[in-house]
Amino acid sequence: MSEPLLVFDKVVKRFGDFTAVKQMDLNIGKGEFVAIMGPSGCGKTTTLRMLAGLEQPTQGEIRLDGRVMNDVKPHERDTPMVWQSLALFPFLSVRENVEFGLKMRGFDAAARRDKALQWLDRLGMSEFVGRDIATLSGGQKQRVALARSLVTEPQILLLDEPLSALDAHLVIRMQSVLTNLQRELGITFVYVTHSQSEAFAMADRVVIMSQGEVAQVGEPKDIYREPANRFVAEFVGRNNIISGKVISVAEGKATIASQSGDFSVTAPAACLPKAGSKATFVISADLVKLSMTRPKTGNMVPVTLISEEFIGSVVTLFLESQDGQEFKVQVQERELSTLDLKSNETLYLSWPASSAHLLTGT
Amino acid sequence: MQQRVLTWFLRAYIGVIFLFVFTPIAFSVVFSFNSQRFPTIPLGEFSTQWYDTILADHDVWQAALTSIVVAVSASAIATLLGFCTAYSDYRYSFRFKGAYLALILLPPTIPLIIMALAMLAWFSKIGASGQVWSIIIAHSVLTAPFAMAIIRLRLNQMDENLEAAAWNLGASEWSAMRHVVVPFCKPAIVSAACLCAAVSFDEFAIAWFVSGLNKTVPVFILEIVTGNIDPRVNAIGTFVFMTSMALVVAAQIFFSTKQLRKPAGEAG
Repeated sequence: MSEPLLVFDKVVKRFGDFTAVKQMDLNIGKGEFVAIMGPSGCGKTTTLRMLAGLEQPTQGEIRLDGRVMNDVKPHERDTPMVWQSLALFPFLSVRENVEFGLKMRGFDAAARRDKALQWLDRLGMSEFVGRDIATLSGGQKQRVALARSLVTEPQILLLDEPLSALDAHLVIRMQSVLTNLQRELGITFVYVTHSQSEAFAMADRVVIMSQGEVAQVGEPKDIYREPANRFVAEFVGRNNIISGKVISVAEGKATIASQSGDFSVTAPAACLPKAGSKATFVISADLVKLSMTRPKTGNMVPVTLISEEFIGSVVTLFLESQDGQEFKVQVQERELSTLDLKSNETLYLSWPASSAHLLTGT
Repeated sequence: MQQRVLTWFLRAYIGVIFLFVFTPIAFSVVFSFNSQRFPTIPLGEFSTQWYDTILADHDVWQAALTSIVVAVSASAIATLLGFCTAYSDYRYSFRFKGAYLALILLPPTIPLIIMALAMLAWFSKIGASGQVWSIIIAHSVLTAPFAMAIIRLRLNQMDENLEAAAWNLGASEWSAMRHVVVPFCKPAIVSAACLCAAVSFDEFAIAWFVSGLNKTVPVFILEIVTGNIDPRVNAIGTFVFMTSMALVVAAQIFFSTKQLRKPAGEAG
């Protein structure tokens, strides 16, 4: 029974009185693309820096390929990182930047050159080999930084918000460069970001962190559809979160009385709350149906329109129920144009009980 | 209209300042090529006789050699010290760091004559006065703060992750220093070395007190001018001025050309 490539075993990191990472347990397998995501200050960058050896865990163990890494110096590990600022060496040429890791590991000049050229070629940078770093564009620098990190052929690559400085159209391009590279090389990528779209687009698994703790680990679609707790539901956005008291439980279905009305939610038997307890469920904004006439059955809330947010083909409507709870609904723009919305009119939101997801955590 | 008057006024003002600073030097240069013994107008004929005289003078060569040895050694020591203090400031934070930096930057704020006297007193106490290396030590102390200030400016432009990136790619702390920090600071290091050499080359008060028989050029000049008017001074003065200016200009060129380049990592 072999251990996963990378193991965080009850890792704690404190800076003075501040605890940046609390009791982190996480396994990352060989060849996995894992994104660590969370708001700023959640401990995601500290986690990555511990992997690179730039910070030592205060407690617990980090094991890479079975070896305890806590006291291994940064230069004695092979955990290259792509930095948010890229941190390319401005006084070296593109090729010399890529060769740096090999030079430090004592490769001779010819071998360094061959490998560097090979990697620059692979990343489509062969025509820039002799150029000064300062003359490159953001996307080109990004590729040089990738080549520089990968040239030693590591088992694992760390990426610290590498795309945050790029223009939106370049981000999409680099995402496909990264995912293709990761599949071809079959190595582990640990990718830290605050961007949900980057994490969900690329990662096999996403780790959501909040205030130094792992809030949820899972595949992107699971995190999106089945957030484990209120923090994740709010963080991944566009969720309607409704709390209330359970009034009845029957046949895999709980009925929850909230201020906006009574709603039924389906859940696996093990997850169903007891009658009388408090419960929270989420209903994703794109699963809510908007209608002008009152639906006859099912979960339903009368609301009035407050505002709308128009992004391309999808429109997010912000609505309010009579008791003041805000609801979000996402509809296709062409669908919306068939409805004749006026601001003071009463509209109806509805969704099937099976679309709602009951939160198990708090 | 008002704007233009102001612009012209400011230009004239700068012109007057330059005139004020450079006229005496220009006179010294002009008279160094004058055949007459006394600096009077109208000028005599064009002549290089004073240059011929000083080039033939063994004492002048001796003083120049001492000055060069002192300037080169002091600038090397001062630049090394300056780099180390600037790096310790950049890399580490510790208690009393403010006091540490103030102490390092102190020497130029002490009046030179007091510093010179203190140096003399201390060197004689430990039996080290009147040596070439006592001038070297004194000048290193005097110029190290300049080196530190220049190198510190450059270090502050360094991406804070640059060194960590080198470690991350397998460089030990010493390798990272050698292959990343020093190359990054190179323009500032060269510039600091030039400036320290220029300051040391020109410095008179300390050299006069601690030099003993090892006269540097400025000390030698003073000895010539005490007592009589000697046109050789103009020739030596021109030579000293040219050397210092060359060093200062070199310092400026090294510092500013590289400085304009943006550090890596910015979105382009």
